[in-house]
Amino acid sequence: MMISAGIDMGTQRVKVAIIKDKQIIAQSQNFSGFEPAKVAEQTLKEALESAKLSREDIEHITATGAGVNMASFADSTISMMGADAKAGAYYFPSARTIMDVGAEDARAVKCDENGVMMDFVVNARCAAGAGTFIEAMARALEVEMNDMGSLSLNAERASPINASCVIFAESDVVSLIHREEPKSEIARAIFDAMAERVSSMVNRLGVTPDVVLIGGVAKDVGFVASLKRRLGIDILIPEEPIYAGAVGAALVAAKRAKRRH
Amino acid sequence: MRAFITYYGYTDGSGEYYIVIDAEKCNSCGDCIKVCPEGALVMEAMFIDLEDKMVAAVTEEQRKKIRYTCSSCKPEEGNVPCVVACSQNAIACIWKPKK
Amino acid sequence: MTNNNNGKTEYWRWLEYRKSMPNMNWKDAKIVTAGVDVGSVGSKAVIMLDGEIYAWSVMRTGSNSSDSANKALGWAMEGTGLTLKDFQYIVGTGYGRVNVPMANRAITEIACHAKGANYIWGPTVRTVLDVGGQDVKAIRCDETGKVVSFLMNDKCAAGTGRGMEVIADLLQIPIEDVGKVSLSVTEEPEPVSSTCVVFAKSEAVGLLRKGWTKEKVLAAYLRAMATRMSELIEKVGCEKDFVITGGQSKNIGLVHRVENILGIKRLPVPNLDESGRDPASAGAIGAALFAKALYEKSQNVRG
Repeated sequence: MMISAGIDMGTQRVKVAIIKDKQIIAQSQNFSGFEPAKVAEQTLKEALESAKLSREDIEHITATGAGVNMASFADSTISMMGADAKAGAYYFPSARTIMDVGAEDARAVKCDENGVMMDFVVNARCAAGAGTFIEAMARALEVEMNDMGSLSLNAERASPINASCVIFAESDVVSLIHREEPKSEIARAIFDAMAERVSSMVNRLGVTPDVVLIGGVAKDVGFVASLKRRLGIDILIPEEPIYAGAVGAALVAAKRAKRRH
Repeated sequence: MRAFITYYGYTDGSGEYYIVIDAEKCNSCGDCIKVCPEGALVMEAMFIDLEDKMVAAVTEEQRKKIRYTCSSCKPEEGNVPCVVACSQNAIACIWKPKK
Repeated sequence: MTNNNNGKTEYWRWLEYRKSMPNMNWKDAKIVTAGVDVGSVGSKAVIMLDGEIYAWSVMRTGSNSSDSANKALGWAMEGTGLTLKDFQYIVGTGYGRVNVPMANRAITEIACHAKGANYIWGPTVRTVLDVGGQDVKAIRCDETGKVVSFLMNDKCAAGTGRGMEVIADLLQIPIEDVGKVSLSVTEEPEPVSSTCVVFAKSEAVGLLRKGWTKEKVLAAYLRAMATRMSELIEKVGCEKDFVITGGQSKNIGLVHRVENILGIKRLPVPNLDESGRDPASAGAIGAALFAKALYEKSQNVRG
C-alpha cells in the first residue's frame, strides 16, 4: 500500500489530491486568499480528514502551481507542465495533447504514452487568456459564472466586443447591455475569443489526438463548445478537471516515494 | 534617410510581439501578402506628404491578436515568411515572449 | 470626479471643456478648417482660422462615433456664429475617424498627432508620447512634423488612461488628483509587478491589505505604468525634444516618473489661454492643419 499526495498552489485556489495505489481517495480545494501558506495546510488537513488518514500515512507530498514555494511542507516539487502531462495520461491513457486552462494562465503540453512531457506552450500574465476573463465578464453581464456557459449555448452569433483585454471588454459589455444586445451573444463572444487563443496556442504544438482539457475552466460548457467548434475535434475532459494538477503532482509523489523504498 | 516605420502588434503582460513595416521602403509589390499563411497582411493607404501611398500593413483585425495569429510561423525561430519574402527589407519581426 | 444620478462618486470621470480665442474673428479669415478627433474615450474638435487655433472642445465620446463628432464640433462652434458651410475643409481622425459625418476625409491619428505636436511645441519636437484613454502611442517625427516611426498599443489597458481610471476607482482617489497624490510619498516604492491591469488590481488589493497606504500603492502602480511607457518610447527611439500629449499628459505623477526613467525632461505645456495649444487636442490640431494643407493643395491643382 502506497499513499501519496499532490498539492496544486493555484493563483486562485489551492487543490489537494491524495492517491492510494493509483486510485484517487480524496480531493479538496479552497480559495488561496491572502495567506496561501495557511490555506495549503488547511486544504491538506481537509483532504486527510475526508480520507480518514493522518499526516504520517502520506509517504511523499509533491507540490506544483504558481505558488509552489508557499507549500513549505511538500517533500518535492514538479513543474505545472509536468503535472499536467502526468494527470492527462492518468485520466486518459490515449492522451497526447493536454490543454490546461486555469484562472490566470493557460498551457498546452504534448506528452508520450507514459505521460512524459515532450513539449509545451504557456500563456500567462495577461488576464484575457485565462479563466479570470470569464469571471470578469460574468460580473459585467450580471450573471452567475456557472450560468454563462449554458447561456452562451443559446446564441447563434457572437456580439462584437474588444476581447483583447479584460478591462476593455468590460466597458464594451456595459455598452452592449445598454443597447440591449442579448446576453447570450455577448457570452458567446467571450468564449469564442478565449477558444481562439487556446486553440492557436495548441496549434503551435500540433494537435495530436487524443486531446484532453483540464483546469477549472474545463468545467465550463460554453468554453468547451467554442473550443470544440474552433479545433474541429472531440475533446476529452475528466470528471473533476480542476484537480488535475494536484492529481498529477500526487502521481509524481508516488513515483518518488517508491524510488526511496 | 527617410523612413515611415509602423510597429504593428503590442506589448502586454506576456511579452512583445510586433511586425514592423517601413512604408517608405515598401514598393507595394504584395509579395509578403502572398506568403502570409494567415492572411494577416493587406495593402493599405498610408498618408505620407499629403498623398495616399499603398503599402503593406497588418490587418486591423489581426493587430490586437498578432501573438496568436503569427505564432504558426514560429517567429522566435526566425525565417518569418513575410520578412524573408520582402526584397526591399521593409519588414521585420520582433518577438519576445516572457518566460 | 463627478457624482452620478445615484449619488455614487465616480472617481474616474474627468471634466469636459470648451474654449475660444476672444480676439479672433472668423469673418476675417481666408481659410476656415476643422479637425475632429473621435477617440475611444474623448472626442476633440479644433477650429482653425488660416492655420491658427480659434476654438476647441474636449468631450467624452458617447456610444456613437458620429454623434460624438457632431457634438464636439457643435460645441466648439457654439457662440461663434459659424455654420458647417463656412468650413472649407474638415478632417476626421482618431479611432472613430471613418464615422465623422461632416469630414471631407479621414487621416490616421498618428499622422495628426505628430503634426499637432509640431504645431504646439515647434519644429524641435522629435519624440511624442501620447497616452490616451484606450491606447498608448510613441511617435518619432522630423522637423516638419512628419512621422518617422511609430508604435500604437491599443491591445491592452496597461498604461492607458482606462487602466489609470480602474486603479483610481479602486483606491477611491479622484482622477484629477492621482498625479499629485502619487508624488506625496516620501520614498518611491517598487513598481507593481503585473503589467496586466486585472492582475495589477489584485496586486494593489494585496498591498493595501499588507498595510500599504493608498498613496504608496498608487505610486507603485504609476511607477509600473511609467516603466511600460518608457519601454514603448525606447522601441521607436527617444530623441530630444520630447513631449507628452493625450489625457494623461496632465497626470504629473506619470509625467514625472517617465522623465525620471528616460532621463529626459518633456517640454513644458504651453499656456492654454494664450494660444489654445492644448496637448489633449494634439490630434485634432494636426487634423485641422492637414485640412488647411489639403484645401490649399486642392486650390492649387484647380487654379
